[in-house]
Amino acid sequence: MPHDHPHGPVVDPQRLAHYQDMATAVRELLVDKGILTKSQIETKIKEMEDRGPALGARMVARAWIDSDYKARLLTDGSAAAEELGIPVDGTKLIVLENTEEVHNLVVCTLCSCYPRNILGLPPDWYKKRPYRARAVKEPRAILKEFDTIIPNSTSVRVHDSTADMRYLVLPLRPEGTDGWAEEDLTKLVCRDSMIGVRTAKEPREHF
Amino acid sequence: MKPLYPIGARVTVSDRETTGHMRTPTYIRGKTGMIERRCGSFRNPETLAYGGNGMPEQPLYRVRFLQHDIWTNYLGPPQDTVDIEIYQHWLERTV
Amino acid sequence: MTRGIHDIGGLSEDPIDPSEHDYALWEKQIDALMVLLSGEKKLLRVDELRRGIESLDIDAYNELSYYERWIASISKILVEKEILSAKELSDRMAEISTRPSNS
Repeated sequence: MPHDHPHGPVVDPQRLAHYQDMATAVRELLVDKGILTKSQIETKIKEMEDRGPALGARMVARAWIDSDYKARLLTDGSAAAEELGIPVDGTKLIVLENTEEVHNLVVCTLCSCYPRNILGLPPDWYKKRPYRARAVKEPRAILKEFDTIIPNSTSVRVHDSTADMRYLVLPLRPEGTDGWAEEDLTKLVCRDSMIGVRTAKEPREHF
Repeated sequence: MKPLYPIGARVTVSDRETTGHMRTPTYIRGKTGMIERRCGSFRNPETLAYGGNGMPEQPLYRVRFLQHDIWTNYLGPPQDTVDIEIYQHWLERTV
Repeated sequence: MTRGIHDIGGLSEDPIDPSEHDYALWEKQIDALMVLLSGEKKLLRVDELRRGIESLDIDAYNELSYYERWIASISKILVEKEILSAKELSDRMAEISTRPSNS
């Protein structure tokens, strides 16, 4: 959709260098003091890089195919993730099922709480003011900006992650996917459908 | 600390003035909703944020609000809602 | 009622900019640092990180990028807890700024 304003912030290189130097200084000092090691930092970076929407997509595809798994997923999202070998590291995951009656949307108005241990790091827009401020007040307008139209007969339920829970949306299974292999179903599950700003991809969009 | 409110209870979020770190957003203060589920008890972020130990743990709830009860000019249908996690010490039972 | 600078539910009318950027190494390092400090090292809590961010002045909050806010908060809290001193931090930053740039 057209915008009049430029995309992305104008970066002040001096300011950026200041904060990058601050980050380097903090890291080095903590290593010098024996509080951390470089290797520990590198390991943590790798662990986070290994997490991403593909993990959530596996949970969604399994739930689409296996109604018992889906029931377990909706009862205890963390245990259901662990069942598929996805380590949640203490995340308390609530999985929200989209139906014909209810469409779910997740936000953290106060900061950027996100199910990172399953989906990896959140997209920039999720952490910025327009989404955080507007998702609770005008979710349908937000959805429209993501080309998602939810009919008035379906209620939109916004979840504000204010405390200890983290949320994953289980999108509706697209039409025309009967008999599909689980592996192929995962390819229809985009990250944005697990935040709730989009629906899962239609077969013709993907193939 | 035992949770006080059962699922389905009507509760109102306190609109008391506060300073410091809290996880109860202004937009929901003073609003009335319904307990959707109990989440368990957790240490209090308001004191954890300042080096305290967060004890005693506070019961945490998910509370469901009708959008039309939050915003005077909400433009969507009447059954749209916001579900939000709120600690017990912010809630009062409402008839 | 006075609101925190971060307490923004309902307060914007700006359109969503859907652009995304690949996380730079320095950002991932800050993220990893926080995961370590708040996890196994138990030296900093997520609640303290948030409180530190919320105590930035409003212009800093609005203008700094996400991980710039994080490192501003992390360093503030580490100094507050006397895990680092303000002097050693500023001395090290000064020394770093004189190093030739890495490619």
